Amino acid sequence: MSDTNLKEQNEAIKVDTEKGNFTYPENYEFDAGVGLSEDTVKYISDVKKEPEWVREFRLKALDIFNKKPMPTNWATKDLENIHFDKIRYYLSKGQVPARSWDDVPDDVKETFERLGIPEQERKFLAGVEAQFDSEASYSHMKEDLEKEGVIFVGSSEGLEKYPEIFRPYFGKVIPSSDNKFSALNSATFSGGSFIYVPKGVKLKQPLQAYFRINAENFGQFERTLIIADEGSEITYMEGCTAPKFETTTLHSAVVELVALKNAKIQYITVQNWSSNVFNLVTKRGMADEGAEVKWIDCNIGSRLTMKYPGVVLKGKGARGEVLSIALANDGQHQDTGAKMMHLADNTTSNIISKSISIGKGRSTYRGQVHMPKHLKNCKNNTECDALLINTNSRTDTYPAITTRGENNTVQHEASVSKVSAEQIFYMMQRGLSEGEAMSLAVNGFVNELMKAFPMEYSVELKRLIDMEMEGSVG
Amino acid sequence: MNTLEVKNLNVSIDGQAILKDFNLTIPKGEVHALMGPNGTGKSTLAKVMAGHDDYTVESGEILLEGENILGKEADEISHAGLFLAFQYPLEIPGVSIANFIRAARTARLPEGEEINAVEYYKELYAKMDELKMDRKFTARSLNEGFSGGEKKRCEILQMAMLEPKCCVMDETDSGLDIDALRVVAEGVNHMRSDERGFLIITHYQRLLDYIVPDVVHVMFDGRIVHSGDAELAKELESKGYDWVQEEFVTATA
Repeated sequence: MSDTNLKEQNEAIKVDTEKGNFTYPENYEFDAGVGLSEDTVKYISDVKKEPEWVREFRLKALDIFNKKPMPTNWATKDLENIHFDKIRYYLSKGQVPARSWDDVPDDVKETFERLGIPEQERKFLAGVEAQFDSEASYSHMKEDLEKEGVIFVGSSEGLEKYPEIFRPYFGKVIPSSDNKFSALNSATFSGGSFIYVPKGVKLKQPLQAYFRINAENFGQFERTLIIADEGSEITYMEGCTAPKFETTTLHSAVVELVALKNAKIQYITVQNWSSNVFNLVTKRGMADEGAEVKWIDCNIGSRLTMKYPGVVLKGKGARGEVLSIALANDGQHQDTGAKMMHLADNTTSNIISKSISIGKGRSTYRGQVHMPKHLKNCKNNTECDALLINTNSRTDTYPAITTRGENNTVQHEASVSKVSAEQIFYMMQRGLSEGEAMSLAVNGFVNELMKAFPMEYSVELKRLIDMEMEGSVG
Repeated sequence: MNTLEVKNLNVSIDGQAILKDFNLTIPKGEVHALMGPNGTGKSTLAKVMAGHDDYTVESGEILLEGENILGKEADEISHAGLFLAFQYPLEIPGVSIANFIRAARTARLPEGEEINAVEYYKELYAKMDELKMDRKFTARSLNEGFSGGEKKRCEILQMAMLEPKCCVMDETDSGLDIDALRVVAEGVNHMRSDERGFLIITHYQRLLDYIVPDVVHVMFDGRIVHSGDAELAKELESKGYDWVQEEFVTATA
């Protein structure tokens, strides 16, 4: 990589923890109030002027949400600290997403300007959607893509304008009843993207969504559905930030990917939530014959993240991949992993997970690989490595691999390593500060994996790690 | 002006005294060798000078070009101009040599300033050539899977790239075959200048065949018991450390 290149990339992406820590006054036209009831759900549906089937879908999901217990039998008890009755479920300025940055309300525009989004769009993106609390305030895609029939709109606009494409797949990869939080999202969803890439269309540049929480005590429930038709290719990137509030904020998204025959979807997340955010997200892709779904998932920040991107390998020869990096700093818990469901012959999956725990930070890896007996020639490779920085850190690994069938192979490797005081001393003797030394060790740990990421995101990730490590030195 | 002055340094670890009223002065431009048997406090001295916090400093001073460095953080001491070539260099997985040295150089620049990459690599390659290191090494993870000789060459490379005022080399000759020893010595000799002082800590005399010191000190039980010129190292080699004990320690006790 050339240096001018690197410098440009650095300038192109200016999103970091401190940069996200600001807020603008709240003045919303639509506010569903505090707490969750049937009325809340109906209010959201009314504001959005939704068809009856969506309204019913929401109410049914609310019922499922109310009946499902918190998964504290296997997950952390910290979930009990989410007070659903104190959260605001819908806040909107009543805007229609602007097609030009000039038309975005000033305070919202300033928010995204400060986060560097318009600049990134100019430099390397094919399209951007920027969501401010519940609704998208900006949505724009390059004209030539529109001409090719690519659809990139918000979820509400998607279900309203393109029901014939939207409806058959919506809620099919991840049913409302999948888990308590997918039910919550199904009841209250707002915002997120709907993308359709027609047959054979290959997007050369990524589409990006940016999620911003501005209001306190707020819950953001975006819903994303991406359909890549036969032989098409798309890369989608999402970034997230929120200001540092004293109170807890909830982010609970559902992302469904559908890769039809021989299509490729790459979904990249760089999450940088502030440490008051509960980030409970369900992400799953379905890969048809010869198709490929790849999740690149980087989790920095948040109070608790629970996220296990999965791929349902439905057609012969389908491929699934999850590459993830999680960084748990003091007081944070990254509970992440991957799921691979092999449902056809000759399917392959690859999981590489790297976690870093600092101070009292905690990382948990949960993996699930499923290969039923009747399948042939399926392969899975799982590598999960943990890096501990100082002795208070904690890391747990819960792999669950069920393999049956004779010609199926599974390979699993796990490692735990530490950054020692002597390594830090060695680096400090060369002139690095303690934070720089730790940051370098962490970057070294994720270095190999980051080579698989698009350049733009590996640069941003490196910056985020540097910021996080600098801040972790007391 | 002296490069280094250590005055009445007393250091202990877990209540046990290791350095006892230790004194040493290295004038600018001089190479001093510090020899002595194992367990006499040589490596402790090196680590205390570099700011390692495992040791308790009871009293004393360490001045680098007249400025006190004792009690400062390791990175501050590095910035002040002291470089320690480690006896056992640490492995840093995933961090390439080129990136590591670059980070170390960047850490010395005022905030916001960046290194010119083209010039940096030119300089790095030139110094690697001098040390007969394969240029492909720049991409390898620092010290990971290196042989003993490769690690020591890599230490000298870092030392050359960081241009310290004072070079402290802790048992750099251990683990080196004769060819590597010669290359490393050439690298050090190349760095000798009127502006720079060296402290070469070694157990054996053979490194001093290639890096001829101005002064040789013999250390025993936490202090220097005898000093002389380069000939002293040879005498030590032939007579052994028992001779030191009989001649200088028992005699002065």
